[in-house]
Amino acid sequence: MFLAATIAVLVALALTLVRLFAGPSLYDRVLALNSVGTKTVLLIGLVGFLTERPEFLDIALLYALINFAGTFVILKFFRYRAVGDMAHQSMDTLSADTPRDPRGEDRR
Amino acid sequence: MSASELLALALDAASWALLVTGGLMLVIGAIGLLRFPDFYTRLHAGGVIDTLGADLMLLGMALQAGFSLVTVKLLLIGLFLFFTSPTSTHATANAAYFAGLRPVTADDGDKDGGPKPGEPA
Repeated sequence: MFLAATIAVLVALALTLVRLFAGPSLYDRVLALNSVGTKTVLLIGLVGFLTERPEFLDIALLYALINFAGTFVILKFFRYRAVGDMAHQSMDTLSADTPRDPRGEDRR
Repeated sequence: MSASELLALALDAASWALLVTGGLMLVIGAIGLLRFPDFYTRLHAGGVIDTLGADLMLLGMALQAGFSLVTVKLLLIGLFLFFTSPTSTHATANAAYFAGLRPVTADDGDKDGGPKPGEPA
């Protein structure tokens, strides 16, 4: 039963990874990354049950917390180009009136 | 068959059903994430279905674990995902809109990312 669920999560994970690498916009990637994180939490829990070591759930809990924080840090970085102190930023980069990146494509 | 055996069978069936439904939802959400034409529709597929699918799977695992610390941890993860997954979906949509990404509408044609509605990708 847990094996079937694990295979389902793995299939979903593979499909999500295709979207993560295909893009095309940065926000598609962030969305896919968040989705991969959620599925990883489930996978860790399921593998814990499969190997009958439910202590894995501690790792899953920690991973859920880190995934949530990580998504927000990535989004904050790409909005303000800084993660910590933003006092040096001028106000015009914080305004929504002037989209800097019309299609949200990543710059390589 | 005694009452306790019947109860164990019912719990097994319920957790099996929850795990299968959750796994199906995850796969369907991932297919939507892969196939939908623009970012906001993908957000709908990925963000909404993942929340329910993940919580159903965690609930299925909790039914298997019985009354123990494991169940408490599973429910904690489920509660946490139930609140954080929509929050990060909203934050992603807000950041994309702020950066100037606009939804593809029917009169956009194919100039703005993705095929017209009704066309194969």
